[in-house]
Amino acid sequence: MDSKGLIRRYAPEAASWALTRVTRLITGAQARWLGCAPVPVQRIYFGNHNSHADFALIWASLPPRLRRMTRPVAGADYWEASPLRRYVIHQLLRGVVIARSRDGQAPDPVAQMAEALEGGDSLILFPEGTRNTTDELLLPIKTGIFHLASRCPQVELVPVWMENLGRLLPKGEIVPVPLICSIAFGKPLRLAEGEAKDDFLNRIRDALLATREAAQPA
Amino acid sequence: MTHFQGTLLITAGVLTLLVTLSLLGGWLKLTADGRPVALVDHLNQRLQGWWAMTLTIGLALLAGRIGVIVLFAFVSFTALREFLTVAPTRRSDHQAMVMAFFVVLPFQYFLVGIEWLGLFEVFIPVYAFLFLPILSAVKSDTLRFMERTGTLHWALMVTVFCISHIPALLNLRIPGFEGRGVYLIVFLVLVVQGGDLAQHLWSRWLGHHPLAPQISPNKTVEGHVGALITAPLLGMLLSWMTPFPIAGAAVIALALTLMGLFGALVLSAMKRDRGVHDWGAAADGGGMLDRIASVCFAAPVYFHLVRHWWSVTPGP
Repeated sequence: MDSKGLIRRYAPEAASWALTRVTRLITGAQARWLGCAPVPVQRIYFGNHNSHADFALIWASLPPRLRRMTRPVAGADYWEASPLRRYVIHQLLRGVVIARSRDGQAPDPVAQMAEALEGGDSLILFPEGTRNTTDELLLPIKTGIFHLASRCPQVELVPVWMENLGRLLPKGEIVPVPLICSIAFGKPLRLAEGEAKDDFLNRIRDALLATREAAQPA
Repeated sequence: MTHFQGTLLITAGVLTLLVTLSLLGGWLKLTADGRPVALVDHLNQRLQGWWAMTLTIGLALLAGRIGVIVLFAFVSFTALREFLTVAPTRRSDHQAMVMAFFVVLPFQYFLVGIEWLGLFEVFIPVYAFLFLPILSAVKSDTLRFMERTGTLHWALMVTVFCISHIPALLNLRIPGFEGRGVYLIVFLVLVVQGGDLAQHLWSRWLGHHPLAPQISPNKTVEGHVGALITAPLLGMLLSWMTPFPIAGAAVIALALTLMGLFGALVLSAMKRDRGVHDWGAAADGGGMLDRIASVCFAAPVYFHLVRHWWSVTPGP
């Protein structure tokens, strides 16, 4: 292999290693697996969304072999906007880039996510659809996660609660403040047979809040 | 006593003490045979902190003045991080916090490095105090504004301003004490840690009246009085490593212990208010502020006492 080939082969690995180390260093977060174990089972990790650092933290908190089979779901409007972002989301994170507002041409996001699941990968998903900049704990859960769960009912959904990331790097800021963050993985759930959409979305919300509760220091 | 002999004595003394206590702690734990022994567990826990402290300070001292400055800059950084993690800041304070971590903190230690004592003493109390709230105010977010700005300034004062007085001790010119500034730091740490331990032991032995039960039920009036009686004795015992006469060492040790004990109380009250048990509880192996709470309050007072009575360093 020539030097160019070597760079192409190893640059993403090195960059992803660096991303992991830097994220852990800045956030000081230690992953806590409260409701399930970090085992290589196909899953949809769904988390509360306050900051772009959310992607990096869930990513960095997965053990390497789980990380290799997990793809974050990201909004095209932000992540396709510059060459650096495109590199990070496609080459480093192997993201599933979806259109947040659908205007005719764009592929169906649920179909894109289902395709990734059918390929055997796990997903990282933010069911609120966008970063939460309000004082509420969560924005209303979008329906996407219900449609995805209906198409792939065998995949378990793992709630992830992250604390302080919205303060570490709020929307619109560039320099992170090194506050100590935390991340907890909660108890998995699945779509029950014949479960109504609103019931399921409520359970998604409750699962996130329960994970937050479980992660509170005693 | 020459400088070399002094260093040898301090190193040998501290290491002998730590090794003896560690062996004792381990032996007591073994013979306890699974029975709960709160005092031994407490001692062993403290010992872990002391070992870490001794090794880091030792390494920094080997690296010289710059090493000491970098070490305490790192201590400030970690403490500021732990403090602001539980502080009630909002999005609008982001830029003020970025300034606090990446401009104010490094600049304060830079001032220690270039020995600009005048600015060192006013930079945070005056300039950071005036400018950081401006950064928050221009965001036009008034919710809890007073609480937010007050907390950020308090955080900088206690974790950066106060702690930076420890390496600044090396800048004091004391006739006949040249090149031995690090002994001042060792004296400070030994006296304050000794005062903490004395308070704990006296409280266990004679303690009946909690000092501030809402903050810390284990801290007693008897423990504090006991520690304040013990401190001057410890100061006199260690006076050979300082430029102070024996009586002076006793008075300084008393002042340091007084500040240390009540500094720890103030920081505990902060923790209770925020509902956290330990600082940095969110991080693995955190809790820098828990270890240095007492030293924070003692350091500036110590610096001023030494500067005004023993050093010939000119005023600002």
